[in-house]
Amino acid sequence: MRDFAVEIAHTFTNGFPEKTLADAFSAVTEADGLIVVTPVFSASYSGLFKSFFDALSVTDENALAGKPMLIGATGGTARHSLVLDHALRPLFSYLKAVVVPTGVYAASEDWGAEGLNARVARAAGELASLMGRPATLSKPSRQSLEPVPFDQLLTELGQAPSHPEGHRGRRDR
Amino acid sequence: MPEKHVAPSTQFGIFTVGDVTPDPTTGRTPTERERINAMVTIAIKAEEVGLDVFATGEHHNPPFVPSSPATLLGYVAARTERLILSTSTTLITTNDPVKIAEDFALLQHLANGRVDLMMGRGNTGPVYPWFGKDIREGISIAVENYALLHRLWRENVVSWEGKFRTPLQGFTSTPRPLDGIPPFVWHGSIRSPEIAEQAAYYGDGFFHNNIFWPADHTKRMIELYRNRYAHYGHGTPEQAIVGLGGQVFMRRNSQDAVREFRPYFDVAPVYGHGSSLEDFTEQTPLTVGSPQQVIEKTLAFREYAGDYQRQLFLMDHAGLPLKTVLEQLDLLGEEVVPVLREEFAKNRPANVPDAPTHASLLALAEAEYTREEVTTG
Repeated sequence: MRDFAVEIAHTFTNGFPEKTLADAFSAVTEADGLIVVTPVFSASYSGLFKSFFDALSVTDENALAGKPMLIGATGGTARHSLVLDHALRPLFSYLKAVVVPTGVYAASEDWGAEGLNARVARAAGELASLMGRPATLSKPSRQSLEPVPFDQLLTELGQAPSHPEGHRGRRDR
Repeated sequence: MPEKHVAPSTQFGIFTVGDVTPDPTTGRTPTERERINAMVTIAIKAEEVGLDVFATGEHHNPPFVPSSPATLLGYVAARTERLILSTSTTLITTNDPVKIAEDFALLQHLANGRVDLMMGRGNTGPVYPWFGKDIREGISIAVENYALLHRLWRENVVSWEGKFRTPLQGFTSTPRPLDGIPPFVWHGSIRSPEIAEQAAYYGDGFFHNNIFWPADHTKRMIELYRNRYAHYGHGTPEQAIVGLGGQVFMRRNSQDAVREFRPYFDVAPVYGHGSSLEDFTEQTPLTVGSPQQVIEKTLAFREYAGDYQRQLFLMDHAGLPLKTVLEQLDLLGEEVVPVLREEFAKNRPANVPDAPTHASLLALAEAEYTREEVTTG
């Protein structure tokens, strides 16, 4: 995230992502699956990690919709391990990602200890099996915008669609 | 018969937000009266330097002053001869469409037809409830209100029922539009495809403010509008009516422009405290430099927008002093716009329509009327 730190902040003053961050957003949006990992800061994900996804969802609220995802976190103590289920999982549920059941948390004492590799393998297997399936939501192309048929907008409001002649102007006679 | 008119194929003008912002170089904040008077002075100056359009924003919260655009434009109308008076934008969500129909038809009569307007939704959540509305229904309100406004200007007697306002029975909005020609309408939106669709559906103009976002985003919105304009049978995509914003600060010497504008940029209410001036000018249409640089950057807009009908510049914001803004308008009118007019006219296909005016719309309606008389005879 540190490569994008400044551009993430600028998204909140500009309203649009600058070049490097826009490329990162494209990579995320086009990925078949995501592995997201954050250090634990103050009993939650880091602020920068959260800001990345805030900025992403402001740019494209469906960027993560239907996306297979593995969540992971590192921390100085095992007492923070529920951060995965109490902080990351609700965040990504809200953003409509499909988060695999096994999260990977690594405290200092887990590195090299037994158990971590097995959890990694299980989580990776779950992610791989999800990524092998057809996408649950098809993503519209970012190269062009999808039209919203106007008759439909009018009809939803109970207004009868007409077919106006527009700027050529029609005078009541 | 309408008078013969020589209207520009692309109109050039300015649009103002009407913000009251402290000048960061002096710390001084103009009074509301000073700012309002400055807006009038700027509008009159726009006509003097040969620009075609003055458009004002509409805001109902401090630090903005133009809450009543029809009042401001009526006053400017009395003090100008040629300038087209417009809005940027008129809030189609929180205003009653009946009142918009009345205000702008009256303004049309007073200004001898020099009136058009741009519809916008407004993006300030707290403003909606002040007018009994809810921002979450913004798009639906915009669609319904404009459908009513469109009829009020075209049908002498309207009976109507909708979700967001009381029904009308046999209602006539007065005065009727000048010569029976409704003011031309632009629809402004930065990122809502529904609004590009609305503009296309009615065959109205689409305006992209083109200030805050990179060009590829603006391009996608305009492409959508142009394609849907053709879809609804108003003409080819190239014949759709497109307007763009832009934002410039000029001095003869580009380093002087950068040095002078930077303190205003750095703390500007809309994008300050973020990207550097250099990054922002590289990634958005903002140009800070010499008149030649402004010409080059503006000419490039056509590469992603196609041949278009209206170019407005934001010149008077972020606390820039009136004197500076007037100097900017001199440069814009004397050095930039004449070159842009010449270059925009080059290689412009004959089937691309000129910017609509009251006179051109009247001529079209007369021609259509005559044709119908002949056929129905």
